[in-house]
Amino acid sequence: MDITALLVQALNALQYGLLLFLLAAGLTLIFGIMNVINLAHGSFYMIGAYMAFGLSPVVQSAFGGGFFMTLAIGLVLAVILGYLLEWLFFSYLYERDHLQQVLMTYGLILVFEEVRSILLGDDAHGVPAPEILSGVIPLGDLMTYPVYRLFVSGLCLLLAVVMFWVLNRTRLGMMIRAGSTNREMVQSLGIDIKVLYRLVFAAGVALAVLAGMVAAPVSSVYPGMGNQILIICFVVVVIGGIGSIKGAFVAALLIGAVETFGQTMLPQFAGMLVYLLMAVVLLIKPNGLFRTV
Amino acid sequence: MRLLPRFRVWSGILGVVACAGVATAADQPIKVGLMLPATGTYASLGTAIENGFRLYLEQQGGKLAGRSVQVVTIDDESSPARATDNINRLIRRDKVDAVVGTVHSGVAMAMVRVAKATDTLLIIPNAGAAAFTGTMCAPNVFRTSFTNWQPAYAMGVAAAQRGAKTAVTISWRYASGEESANGFKEGFEKHGGQVVDQLYLPFPNVEFQPLITRIASIKPDATYAFFAGGGAVKFVNDYVAAGLKQTISLYSPGFLTEGTLQGQGQAAQGLYSVMHYADGLDTPKDNAFRAAYQQAFGEVPDVYAVQGYDAAQLLAAGLEAVHGDVSRKTEMYAAMSSAVIDSPRGPFTLSHANNPIQAMYLREVDGMQNKFIGVAMPALEDPAVGCRM
Repeated sequence: MDITALLVQALNALQYGLLLFLLAAGLTLIFGIMNVINLAHGSFYMIGAYMAFGLSPVVQSAFGGGFFMTLAIGLVLAVILGYLLEWLFFSYLYERDHLQQVLMTYGLILVFEEVRSILLGDDAHGVPAPEILSGVIPLGDLMTYPVYRLFVSGLCLLLAVVMFWVLNRTRLGMMIRAGSTNREMVQSLGIDIKVLYRLVFAAGVALAVLAGMVAAPVSSVYPGMGNQILIICFVVVVIGGIGSIKGAFVAALLIGAVETFGQTMLPQFAGMLVYLLMAVVLLIKPNGLFRTV
Repeated sequence: MRLLPRFRVWSGILGVVACAGVATAADQPIKVGLMLPATGTYASLGTAIENGFRLYLEQQGGKLAGRSVQVVTIDDESSPARATDNINRLIRRDKVDAVVGTVHSGVAMAMVRVAKATDTLLIIPNAGAAAFTGTMCAPNVFRTSFTNWQPAYAMGVAAAQRGAKTAVTISWRYASGEESANGFKEGFEKHGGQVVDQLYLPFPNVEFQPLITRIASIKPDATYAFFAGGGAVKFVNDYVAAGLKQTISLYSPGFLTEGTLQGQGQAAQGLYSVMHYADGLDTPKDNAFRAAYQQAFGEVPDVYAVQGYDAAQLLAAGLEAVHGDVSRKTEMYAAMSSAVIDSPRGPFTLSHANNPIQAMYLREVDGMQNKFIGVAMPALEDPAVGCRM
């Protein structure tokens, strides 16, 4: 493999890893801070992708806006969805054991998939990238790299910085971190932990929906897309350490690199390399790379 | 041990009834079990096959060989784990005379095993694994679709004839993907081409970017891709976004652009593929079929509908030869084996392994259609490796 191809593959690895991070960040927040195993997280990704497909004609006719308007409206809807779901379902799960959480969130997957099937059908769809980002950059003498993929990477990086800053440098972040360590103590200090959790959950859902929406133009939109990516997201969370944003970031980039280079250099073992990585990490650090809680 | 004599008495009575029944057999409906996916990824394929099957029945007034036909359906959910139970339910509980199914090769594998063990007539209207009309072939197992090898081999020949010297194959690493990739390689290399690399990724992974980059660095004349459904949409979009469509021709065995054109939109325009059916064949038989299907179900039929329609035609050919007497199995199977099926895809016969010997069409994506542009190979027969029959 020559040096250009190597660089392009590195770019591919980075882009895949960053998108994975965006998705896993919400999962690790909900898992680590609220101690809820949320199998329906992949469904939020699917909902996001279908929003990018289904909302854009509606937004087009109502506001005349394009991709970014759809993105903004989708985000608002995602926050509302997350808020409602926490209020109606997840708030009852904090004290329950993991089996019940798994059962309920698995049930939600079935409900979301069925609703999607009724509303938008079972076909695979494509979503066009926005006009201004639809250009390509020539790479080497044959290949081109879509500008949109670079935009996705940039957006993911930006969000990573914002999340890191909010959690570690703001008062809100301090309360969230404290709440994950000792729920009762935070409550007795006069902070409404219920509202706090609801916000965190809504943010987690919004992150997954956003990941789905920005991924739609590069990944296309199809039934069951959420379940496929959910497993790899859990691998990210486990490798990174449950609840750690920093861990999720490092683990996602690691997995991006292992998958990308594994597929081209060791194609025979591509399917198991990621799980091998997880096993090795857990052998050395049983709590993951950066377990905080 | 009182059970035994009593059983004998009962079976004796049943025997008498059965003998008396011959006279009235014409009034009893023939039962056909349709075991197809009604839910899941392949639901739309299952529906198209069932629609095609029912369309032919309706055109015959609901009767085959003078006997009315009762259809029993079961959703196989494309689940290999439940396949044996499902087909056993049709054969033992519903006592069907024939089974038609299915889409997924893993499910069909179990169906072929049970059909062979119980000597039940089985017509496969899609699943393309080589084994069903190869190592596992049997006189009572028929197929009205294709083997993975057929369109792949023909595409390989056509790609070489269109001037490609080198090619790379890419597919998921599972039986169908490997059969298809190797079929292409065989056809391509027999006609002077060379497959320089065969790329696989784990099923159903859709992170194609690394392998597409790999293809760009190999710089072959052509790429042969075997993907279906959501994976096909994403692969074509990624391939085009990487700027390779103009420089490295993208060929496929048809599934890449079958039922996925809505999602691929502009990206798929002009792609070539090979299959045993195409839009715009413009033969009287096909035009009549398409008009009737459109009228009955309100949509344009696809290759799956054709395969279902032909499954019914093949069944009819067998039943007519024995005048509706399904107990004359040997004669019925022989008649089906030697039947000429007047399919919308063009007439075809069956090989000694009961797989269609059929024309392979070269198609080009034009708008929302896979337009017929020529015959890649006329009357192509699967080699049926390992079939001793």
